[in-house]
Amino acid sequence: MSDPVSALNGAAYDGVVRVEELGLRGMITLRGDHASVAVKNAATGVAGVDFPDALACDTVGERGLAWMSPDELLVLVPYAEADRAVAAMQAELAGTHSLVVNVSDARAMFRISGPAAREVLAKLCPVDLSPGAFGPGDFRRTRAAQVPVAFWMQADDAFALICFRSVAGYVFDLLKTAARPGGEIGYFPAGA
Amino acid sequence: MSTRLQTGGRLLDRGRRESFTFNGRRLTGYAGDTLASALLANDRMLVGRSFKYHRPRGLVASGAEEPNALVGLGRGGRFEPNQRATTTELFGGLQAESQNHWPSLEFDIGAVNGRLARVLPAGFYYKTFIHPRPLWKHVYEPFIRKSAGLGKPPQDRDADRYEHFHVFADVLIIGGGIAGLQAALAAGRAGARVLVIEQTAHWGGRAPVDGVRIGGAPAEEWIARAVARLEAMENVTLHRRTMGAGVYDHGYALGYERVTDHAPETDAPRHRLWKIRARQIISATGAIERPLSFAGNDVPGVMLASAIRDYVVNWAVSPGDRTVVVTNNDDAYRTAICLKQAGLEVPVIVDARPRAEGALPEAARALGIRVETGRGIAMVMGGKRVTGVALCAQAGEGAVLEQLPCDAVAMSGGWSPVVHLWSHCGGKLLWDDAQAMFRPDVARAPTSHDGAPFVSAAGAANGALRAAETLADGDAAGRAAVRALGLRAPGGAADRAEAPDEAPLLPVWMMPQGAGEALRMKMWLDYQNDVKVSDLQLAAREGYESVEHAKRYTTLGMATDQGKLSNINGLGVLSDAMGEDVPRLGTTTFRPPYTPISMGAIAGEARGGLFQPLRRGPIQRWHEDNGATFEPVGQWRRPYCYPRGDETRAEAVTREVRNTRQAIGLLDASTLGKILVKGPDAGRFLDLLYTNMMSSLTPGRCRYGLMCSENGFLMDDGVVARIDDQTFLCHTTTGGADRIHAHMEEWLQTEWWDMQVHTANLTEQFAQIAVVGPNARALLETLGGMDVSREALPFMGWADGRIGGIPARVFRISFSGELSYEVAVPAGHGLAFWEACVAAGQAFGLMPYGTEALHVMRAEKGFIMIGDETDGTVIPQDLGLGWAVSKKKADFIGKRAQERAHMTDPERWKLVGLETIDGSVLPDGAYAVAEGRNANGQRNVQGHVTSAYFSPTLGRGIALGLVRNGPDRMGEVISFATIDGGLIGARIVDPVFYDKDGEKQDV
Repeated sequence: MSDPVSALNGAAYDGVVRVEELGLRGMITLRGDHASVAVKNAATGVAGVDFPDALACDTVGERGLAWMSPDELLVLVPYAEADRAVAAMQAELAGTHSLVVNVSDARAMFRISGPAAREVLAKLCPVDLSPGAFGPGDFRRTRAAQVPVAFWMQADDAFALICFRSVAGYVFDLLKTAARPGGEIGYFPAGA
Repeated sequence: MSTRLQTGGRLLDRGRRESFTFNGRRLTGYAGDTLASALLANDRMLVGRSFKYHRPRGLVASGAEEPNALVGLGRGGRFEPNQRATTTELFGGLQAESQNHWPSLEFDIGAVNGRLARVLPAGFYYKTFIHPRPLWKHVYEPFIRKSAGLGKPPQDRDADRYEHFHVFADVLIIGGGIAGLQAALAAGRAGARVLVIEQTAHWGGRAPVDGVRIGGAPAEEWIARAVARLEAMENVTLHRRTMGAGVYDHGYALGYERVTDHAPETDAPRHRLWKIRARQIISATGAIERPLSFAGNDVPGVMLASAIRDYVVNWAVSPGDRTVVVTNNDDAYRTAICLKQAGLEVPVIVDARPRAEGALPEAARALGIRVETGRGIAMVMGGKRVTGVALCAQAGEGAVLEQLPCDAVAMSGGWSPVVHLWSHCGGKLLWDDAQAMFRPDVARAPTSHDGAPFVSAAGAANGALRAAETLADGDAAGRAAVRALGLRAPGGAADRAEAPDEAPLLPVWMMPQGAGEALRMKMWLDYQNDVKVSDLQLAAREGYESVEHAKRYTTLGMATDQGKLSNINGLGVLSDAMGEDVPRLGTTTFRPPYTPISMGAIAGEARGGLFQPLRRGPIQRWHEDNGATFEPVGQWRRPYCYPRGDETRAEAVTREVRNTRQAIGLLDASTLGKILVKGPDAGRFLDLLYTNMMSSLTPGRCRYGLMCSENGFLMDDGVVARIDDQTFLCHTTTGGADRIHAHMEEWLQTEWWDMQVHTANLTEQFAQIAVVGPNARALLETLGGMDVSREALPFMGWADGRIGGIPARVFRISFSGELSYEVAVPAGHGLAFWEACVAAGQAFGLMPYGTEALHVMRAEKGFIMIGDETDGTVIPQDLGLGWAVSKKKADFIGKRAQERAHMTDPERWKLVGLETIDGSVLPDGAYAVAEGRNANGQRNVQGHVTSAYFSPTLGRGIALGLVRNGPDRMGEVISFATIDGGLIGARIVDPVFYDKDGEKQDV
């Protein structure tokens, strides 16, 4: 069997920030009642992190949980574990109204890193990216120019961004354009 | 003449000379100049021609309000018309051209229009050119278009890049004069996140020019200290060269940053559009001086008094050696004093007021300047340049009392607060009688979602024109904004600004007051659009009582400057002519942007390859590498066909159809929508969504379903597979994927929120590959891994497994009428699976086929296509799909609508097949003609073609169409009209042209 490929095969660009496609990542959509103990346990069980608050995420390495909507979670696991994680959650939620499905191949993930990362995203996304308003642990579903995306801050100066696989090329080109040298604004305090 | 002074110029860097060209002539200026100040320094007062009469026009202003000095800047990909010289920062190598002249600026043939002014009054075009009608299009309009107009549109592709920037602030302050800076200090000290934007390259506005002192020191020192203090605050951002373009609902504002206009060779975006969300907005946009309406007030050399002192103080440019000042207020005396102190002559200050005894007039007298009160200007002498003025009594009819030679006139009719940004989102104005101006009515501010005001005006923009009030008003606005945010306003008092007291002005809408027709025809209100006092008076006489109507009739305020100088004077004239008070007339509407912004800034990054998103499927690269030609389907580009060698597209489609029917074809169907629907109520939900029954589907089976809108019209179709008791996978059309998912969520979230159903859009999770044709089973068996026999996987069944080692879900469904498997694999394996099929398929004669072959084959089978057979007015019953509309279900979306009288009308056009008598292909969309003509004299119609193709299988043209009573008219020949007036005969036949019993797909 052939190895699966991501949308852009790990393409990267170095401008005022580094933009790189992260290759295949395991992503699972879990829809269900966030107040349900079974839903919480199923999610935290495979992700190994705490259940996130609204508009937040908790990630450690390739694992994590992100709040997508009042009844939807994004479960992050290594790509190779996704099917197993789906099966495990489905088994745990057998008696609970919920939907668990592997969406790893429907998405692309980028990493945007560097001191100007906030600024690059703010050129494309209508989100308050100032350090006081958005930091590690925050998660936002929004748009980048004309397509839906979601992103979160991994650590200082680095963001992870997901989009649909079909527009990975468009999003990569957007990020490259926003990260092109010469467009620096210096709006956000450096290193924050 | 205008010239550079030996000393001074607070904004100049005399160490850096910059050369530039104007109309091809090489000139020099200094770094810090604007194009306008550099032109004046080179004695270039004449900068353009007016729109209608081609009158010579000179600089009037020094800032954004300039109506005349519009130039074309740059060359080729960097050419841009209609740029204001006053807001263009000079840089080395700048190339500027004047506009609206032919053959040259100095000698312009169109100026003959000026002699015809008497016969070109307001509304002239409307009155004169309306009859005879055909002449407008062929004679009048081409002539007028040639003689009127401003800059030329650029011809080349824009060489620059542009971008957007989204920012959020507690307090957005628009305008970096002393009011804006003080507001920022107050808000910044309270801890609010503050963004201050200033349209020019300099902080402080006009306080330094006006000699204001703050806290005992010159304004300039205070400004430098304030800027330094603000820059030291982490919560405050200052940004220059960024104009507040518009204020919109809920604290949204646009800032237009001209990043590299002053340094075009920089590798940076040229313009940046700031999309700002602010909780409070302070409009500290200052005020604009008004011209006075006297005869000849458009002769080059007549300028705003404030502009003249701007040129002297900021850029050390003297607009003239002998400048007559004409005013109705004290402020203009500053210009006289400033000129005198620069060593220039001021022969007289003409003051329309009966008395002038304030501090400034006294100071002017003390300098030995002659002051004439109760006087006005009867007439300015000169053509392309002022040569003198004739004085008269302001109260009279213009009898000349005295003539004085001069080469410049500084005029001041008072000031108008820049209320644009206050007004954009609904802020109302009140008329301030004492200062003869509209200013923001604080009681009627723009309000946000919570009903609370979110815009305030500060400083001169709020009518606080005197420096002491300006600074205090800015401080108050900053404090009020932070209090509105729930923050504590900072303690301590603001610095005090000092400036001489000023006596009240006298409103003067016409000079002299009793001027006759001859003078009124020479009094310009709107310089750019050539609107005069006489035009507005004519409009009033002709009954244009509404200020909005008068504006459109006369074109007052309709030029690129949108009446920044002319509107209030025009209102004054109109109110006098109608005997109404100015406030009763009101103003025209202030709309964004404040001054024109570039199309590039609006587009941002959305150009070239980023103009719109292109969606790429996992197999896209293979299609490109293998010669596919594409067609747009939504934002996808799907392979239309794969021409080989020098095949035409039609030949390729024919080959692909034949090969699929005879051997095996491969179709990339990945773009099909795939929506997972799960929950205890999933069956009930889908029964309501689809016209047919879905809850009765058994796991492992597929069913074709139709979805209708509430109005009963067919909106999407596709195959539903039941995965397990609670789970269904709904296929949609390519274009319907997002729309149908949203449709499902809308019903679940707003109407059927009590249902236990979840959905997930899996469209992009899978590559879906249709393996189609008599050899399809053999190919999958060769790849191996799943039993795809008729027994194990019957028609309309599905199964999970692995094929060729790749996890796959295989659907036995057919859109071609052939033996067909649609294989869904994870998108990351899509290309590998496709290539495996292509490689193993060679032994079976496999060829990929595109969307056109797909269309042809489905039409041969009589399968409908959403968007071809449907157009938003078609119901399933029209298409012979009544079998898929449940009669048993109590309800489904569209059911009630389909029972309405018009929907059950037997006369509705219904789907049939059509075979041309001559075998040709009917034009898509052609109408079937009927006997007689309708009320408009057009042929009656009885149907139309919805799809038409050449059928390689039948060797002739086939079509599907909707025909009145069609299914009852089998065998009848009807006529279809062609665009060239001809008729094509076609026989009504069964819509299923191929394998009516469906034997081939079920083997």
